[in-house]
Amino acid sequence: MTNGVNVQALLDAREVLKGAPEAAQFTWRASSKWQHGVHSTTRIEKFFGLGQEQSHKSESVFEADHPAIFAAEDNGITPIEYLLVGLASCLTAGIASVAQNRGIKLNSVEASVEGGHDIRGILGADSDVRNGFNDIKVTFSIDADAPRADIEALVAQSQKRSAVFDALTNPTNVTVEVA
Amino acid sequence: MNVTTAVIGAGHAGLAASHFLTAASIDHVVLERGEVANSWRHERWDSLRLLTPNWLNRLPGSHYEGPDPDGYADMGEVVDFLERSAKDVPVRTGVTVTSVRRSAGGYTLTTDQGPVEARTVVIASGACNVASVPALAAAVPSSVEQVTPFGYRNPSRLPDGGVLVVGASATGVQLAAEIRRSGRPVVLSVGEHVRMPRVYEGRDVLWWMHNSGVWSQRYDEVDDLTRARRLPSPQLAGASTLDLNVLTALGVELVGRLSAIRDGAALFSGGLRNVAALADLKMNRLLDTFDQWAGTAPGERFAPTDVPGTARWRVDLGSGEIRSIVWATGFRPDYSWLDVPVVDPKGALTHDGGVLGDGLYALGLPVLRRRRSTFICGIEDDAREVVDHLRLHLAG
Repeated sequence: MTNGVNVQALLDAREVLKGAPEAAQFTWRASSKWQHGVHSTTRIEKFFGLGQEQSHKSESVFEADHPAIFAAEDNGITPIEYLLVGLASCLTAGIASVAQNRGIKLNSVEASVEGGHDIRGILGADSDVRNGFNDIKVTFSIDADAPRADIEALVAQSQKRSAVFDALTNPTNVTVEVA
Repeated sequence: MNVTTAVIGAGHAGLAASHFLTAASIDHVVLERGEVANSWRHERWDSLRLLTPNWLNRLPGSHYEGPDPDGYADMGEVVDFLERSAKDVPVRTGVTVTSVRRSAGGYTLTTDQGPVEARTVVIASGACNVASVPALAAAVPSSVEQVTPFGYRNPSRLPDGGVLVVGASATGVQLAAEIRRSGRPVVLSVGEHVRMPRVYEGRDVLWWMHNSGVWSQRYDEVDDLTRARRLPSPQLAGASTLDLNVLTALGVELVGRLSAIRDGAALFSGGLRNVAALADLKMNRLLDTFDQWAGTAPGERFAPTDVPGTARWRVDLGSGEIRSIVWATGFRPDYSWLDVPVVDPKGALTHDGGVLGDGLYALGLPVLRRRRSTFICGIEDDAREVVDHLRLHLAG
């Protein structure tokens, strides 16, 4: 049975890092460049972890813009939509890993994610409206060789161990400076 | 004073240790900072009752003999019970141990009544000496009164007005319910929790835990022992179910786990729905376990936790809505007096089923040797086995 997740490597890492918290300190990095209008390009390649510089196999490039109805050129998705990318992919990765660990074979996992957003906040039209999402709803359709309660448990456990779920549901200190 | 074994603490664990030490003819003394059952007398809120029904509350050499085996003991009854089992125990009350260190012959205990030399030591000083309050409490505005379960007695001592109860273990749900019943608006901050019905298929849920073998699972059979030992106490209180749905019906407002206090506002996690789902799933798995053990068809299944569609994630602590905060965020033991390197960086003893090595032992901690260890009725087997080990240690 395999979902293609090397769970043993993750379990081994958990044991090793229990006794080596400094090696567990990662820094993820992105660098972005303004293009024109509200269009920007963000590149991601290097990160730091396990005590040293690391690199992805190759650089990834992300275009962000606003859609035409915002009077923009729509060279890419809006920045807040990247949060949906992060949430869906993080929960999905978690489901695959937990399923592997629990011996559950996944046939398909699909998610639809909706973020409710009142844009009066970012437009400054109403100071009582927040800038970010009002709420996010994720709906998973999962075909697996397991009873429904076990599938629900996979989804619950993936939220419990999700970096992006945590980052979206809890506040994080953010420092923005001018270099 | 010279003894073979010094037991620190005359609660249920220390008394049970003494019972088996006496049976093994090992001379010993039980050192108690206050009176027998001191924590039960002085460090509990007024309405507290044991989570276990009376018939389950046994100690070595004594069991419940009163008229209400299915009742839940209040603190006076717990103290009476412990006092009865302390009859022949060599307790020295009013002796505070301020240091335990290795010596050539075993251990030297420094106390406020003079030193004690002992070849072996049993730490039975309790699992709940200090209320664990998160560091973010420091950011609570001074206009809001803060209280831990050690300071809390009953709702009338709280200021009028809204109360934020942080934590939804047994302590949190019990205090939220009685504070709400006092007429105060209550907001309950809910993190991971353990949901249980009081009664399943006509039997107390702890009858099922006791008889089905769930509580008999040994510490070395538990998948994640660290987690099992840190598990919050189940949402139980006296005779009736007290889960989040009951609290919602009482008018308690549920919010997510308290994750930060920023600019005078409490910020709660948006993950409330998931912690409720986790608890519901775990409860149903537990009930499945009971059914399998009983060999019967699945019994009653309880309504899923009804999480508000839009739980608040921000409460302004400066607006006057919240007048007090009750920190029901757990307890931890205090080993500040223990000058032996057996405490891990998180403040827990590094023990193997209560064995710390070199003649040092612990009793009365969660899941010490089996899941039952967390409760009074778990001490008998633990104390017998730990004292057996101690006896063999003395025999060299």
